[in-house]
Amino acid sequence: MMHLDCPWCGYRNVSEFGYLGELRERPDPATTTREEWRAYLYLRRNPAGRLEEGWYHRAGCRRYFEAVRDTTDNTVSETRPPTRHPDGHDEGEHATAGDLDVTSVSV
Amino acid sequence: MSRQATHMRLPVQPGERIDRSRPVSFRFNNRPYTGYAGDTIASALAANGVKVFTRSFKYHRPRGILTAGWLDPNLMVQVGDEPNVRAGHREISEGADVHSQDIWPSLRFDAKSVNSAIGRFLAPGFYYKTFIKPQPLWPAYESVLKRFVHSGSIDLSTPRVEHDKTYAHPDVVVAGGGPAGMASATAAARSGARVLLVEDEPELGGHWLWSGPAKQEDLVRLREDALTTPGIEVLTNSVVIARYDDNWLGVIVRSQDGSERLVKVRAKTLVAAPGLVERPYVFEGNDLPGVMLMTGARRLVNRYAVRPGTRAVVLTANAHGDAGVEDLRRAGVAIEAVVDPRKGDRVVRALGRGRLERVELSTGQVVEADLLVTAVGWTAPTSLLNMAGDRPVYCPEAARFFPSQLPDDVLATGGIAGDGDDRELLEHATATGREAARRAHNRLVALASRVPTLPDGAEPPTRDDSEIEIPDLPRGPHLELFRSSTHGFVDFSEDVSSKDLHSAVREGYDSAELAKRYTTATMGPLQGKLETINAVAVIAEANSATIAETGTTVWRPPYAPTTLGALAGRALDPTRYSPLQPWHEAHGARPLVAGAWIRPEHYGDPEAEVRAVRRGVGIIDVTPIGKLHLQGRDVPALLEQMYVNRWQRLGVGRVRYGAMCADDGVVIDDGVTGRLDEERYLMSTTSGGAAAVWEWVEELLQTSHPEWDVTCTPVTTSYASINVAGPRSRELLARLADVDLSPDGFGYMNVRTGTVAGVPDVVLWRIGFTGELSFELHIPAGYGLHVWEELMRAGSDLGVRAFGVEAQRVLRLEKGHLIVGQDTDGLTQAFSAGLGWAVKLDKPDFSGAPELRWQKASGAVSSLVSLQPVDPAVVPPEASQIIGPRSEILGRVTSSRHSPTLGRSICLAQVLTEHAAPDSTLRVLQPDGSVVEARVCPELAHVDPEGERARA
Ligand SMILES: [Zn+2]
Repeated sequence: MMHLDCPWCGYRNVSEFGYLGELRERPDPATTTREEWRAYLYLRRNPAGRLEEGWYHRAGCRRYFEAVRDTTDNTVSETRPPTRHPDGHDEGEHATAGDLDVTSVSV
Repeated sequence: MSRQATHMRLPVQPGERIDRSRPVSFRFNNRPYTGYAGDTIASALAANGVKVFTRSFKYHRPRGILTAGWLDPNLMVQVGDEPNVRAGHREISEGADVHSQDIWPSLRFDAKSVNSAIGRFLAPGFYYKTFIKPQPLWPAYESVLKRFVHSGSIDLSTPRVEHDKTYAHPDVVVAGGGPAGMASATAAARSGARVLLVEDEPELGGHWLWSGPAKQEDLVRLREDALTTPGIEVLTNSVVIARYDDNWLGVIVRSQDGSERLVKVRAKTLVAAPGLVERPYVFEGNDLPGVMLMTGARRLVNRYAVRPGTRAVVLTANAHGDAGVEDLRRAGVAIEAVVDPRKGDRVVRALGRGRLERVELSTGQVVEADLLVTAVGWTAPTSLLNMAGDRPVYCPEAARFFPSQLPDDVLATGGIAGDGDDRELLEHATATGREAARRAHNRLVALASRVPTLPDGAEPPTRDDSEIEIPDLPRGPHLELFRSSTHGFVDFSEDVSSKDLHSAVREGYDSAELAKRYTTATMGPLQGKLETINAVAVIAEANSATIAETGTTVWRPPYAPTTLGALAGRALDPTRYSPLQPWHEAHGARPLVAGAWIRPEHYGDPEAEVRAVRRGVGIIDVTPIGKLHLQGRDVPALLEQMYVNRWQRLGVGRVRYGAMCADDGVVIDDGVTGRLDEERYLMSTTSGGAAAVWEWVEELLQTSHPEWDVTCTPVTTSYASINVAGPRSRELLARLADVDLSPDGFGYMNVRTGTVAGVPDVVLWRIGFTGELSFELHIPAGYGLHVWEELMRAGSDLGVRAFGVEAQRVLRLEKGHLIVGQDTDGLTQAFSAGLGWAVKLDKPDFSGAPELRWQKASGAVSSLVSLQPVDPAVVPPEASQIIGPRSEILGRVTSSRHSPTLGRSICLAQVLTEHAAPDSTLRVLQPDGSVVEARVCPELAHVDPEGERARA
């Protein structure tokens, strides 16, 4: 079980955390298209390598935060408060419909 | 058994483990035997002259001692009701009842050994190929084949035992308590580390335990250091079974009675010092009782004072084998021949009927012997390193695999790291221990730097960057001695021969991973620890490839077999009870498991409980309802985002029902939220959804809307919650509450705060899940029982009755109120849940808004409807399907009950919208295959569709 470095609590067992998956931008609900919205709902980049993702320290400080993890070896190079949090910063990479050929997804 | 049996015990040997002052009696296959305290089952039996211990897995060949240790494939026995006990490791205990596993009819005349008569060897895949067709006969084959598998037996009446787990957070874990492990642990502790030293055997010492008198002095000194140096905790008869990310280790601590305990360890560094495993030599007859590895022979002589045979041939290719020859001589074994491959000699085959009688050598000589001891080389047990991501590389000069790329927090020492004399190995181990301590310290610094506080006056620890130089160890020389000119067994526990591996390669299973699975080599109880390198060598040979090209198989956790109980531990999930539980128990409540909660299902007669609520007054414990206290200027904005309906204009003192959808438009929760005053709100959720809704609130506040002024406090268990329901609920409550309960003073969907039964700060909601006039009280939890008892007392003349979850389900079903998760599923969007009326698409945003916009535009595919079976006596079971004329599925019954109020069956159902028109007749397929008709009702409510009763 890996250690995860909570920005508020330090290194804790990953079993204390909830996983939110890769960070993604919620499209503007007023103007979004079905294609864009459903890419936001269902499609993930799922890279082998660097991934920005959300975590929640469920059995600890109950705070949400972001981590940059290499999915190939679980090295976490950075953890930080949420991007829009006063302590956070905004430099996310997010999956969008444009990243993925949604038309090729068979249903 | 012959009379010479007892003479196999030697005079006192230096360093022997047995305690001759304490004889121990036990039984083996129903015959009495005596050994000494400290004997293993195997050594005690060997001292009594027992040669054959078990029959082999597939061919039922007689098998005797091979290694005399944990990894001996031939020593799996049943002890009492415990199967798969390793007789080379388990010590004897007084009165133990030991049996060879699944030997029928007896060890000496095993009827199943017919297997080895029908063919010299069964071809690999024989069972697959022979019994696969015709398929209808498989059950017959299976019942016969099952009798050919030996696997011990378990006693199903064994009492349930809960295994505890413990946690440990040492700086350094040393896996292996041999000379290198002991030296490493001592060095690490002397450098200031807290060390956990884990050893498989009952005592520290590793191979020095059986290395004879020459090592005794050094062994005593090293062991003394390891046992007395402050900061070392020693776990013997224990094994590191797994290594996961960031040195999360599983350690199994065994006790001699077979029970196990799991220690979960977070180590800052891990030192792997597992030593080496002696590998068998592959030749014809290498499994005959009397053919033994040198480690086995030396264990018997030096540790248990047992003479392993009388006339021996020794095959020795290394110093350990040479030393073993001296041990055997000292034990009075006549050495008939020493065969030295370093001089070009080999053993060709072992001959004998049921036990070793003669050995044929490459010189052509045939030597009579009852013991053939082989010392051809070593296998490196690299499991823990594999688990740390290492892919060990083969070194032909040393004829074994070595670590290649270890992560920073894992080190290796001892035989697994290289060869060399004792001095070189101990220097390596000591340096490794010191370096492990240094890296652990630096890890501690990294951990500490992330913890915001230090004890008063404490200085933060600083890094130590002076790396300890670990000397290189030589590798080899060791001969690549794997197979002689004949074929023999590679995997003794699975009965796989080198010939089988050759056949597998010929059939196309030419990679190590494929050949392994096809032949099951390395897949038995030893999981390759004894036989992997031989298997790889034979596969390489069959492919005309090198071992390096062939590579090894990947080792995965667990390193050693582990009982499931030790892994399962005990259940740590909390069970939740409301503060009213003592009353429920005293009044015959039937307990219902509802998620984490235990709730009263009913108090004996749920229909009577329903009638009491419809006609008079009833009270129900609804404490598990999720409750969140929300405070701040922006609570309305939060509510607008979470609920599909509108919240901006909720007045103080008002309560509103709301439904929540996820961003895919699927209904995830519902409940009511009341505005207590200007900036204070109380939100209720389903009991199952309480935690998820709370986390969602926090997610919104912490990630997407940190600018909102809202604080959220979960108060589910801060309150005991009681719903007082029925036409006489107002009358009852008025006797206890200081709140104006009149229809004008406290209207439907309002909230008040007041004193009830002398308890202040009770929140009262006038809502109606049951469809009756009702008041929901949220009482400071410690006073819940008092208020409940007061309600029962004050309402006795009104016939007040406690009702349970079952009555409430009936009441809400009569009213057509849905339960999220029962009348909806993971695909039910709001318009399919009958909640379209609540969805306000003109709000700027809310969770699920775009999906619900599209659902409304295209029309809901499925709809929630109320059904009444035409035959009022039939209650179609929940999940019965609704089918069309061609038996196509049109929907399903989501809730169904007999309604005491209507005297008929009623249902809620999800059905395709085109079939959901009021007064349509639908066909319901029940699980028993019968079909009943049911009519779609015009309204969801079966009772009081106008809602007059709740508003009374
Ligand atoms: Zn935290």
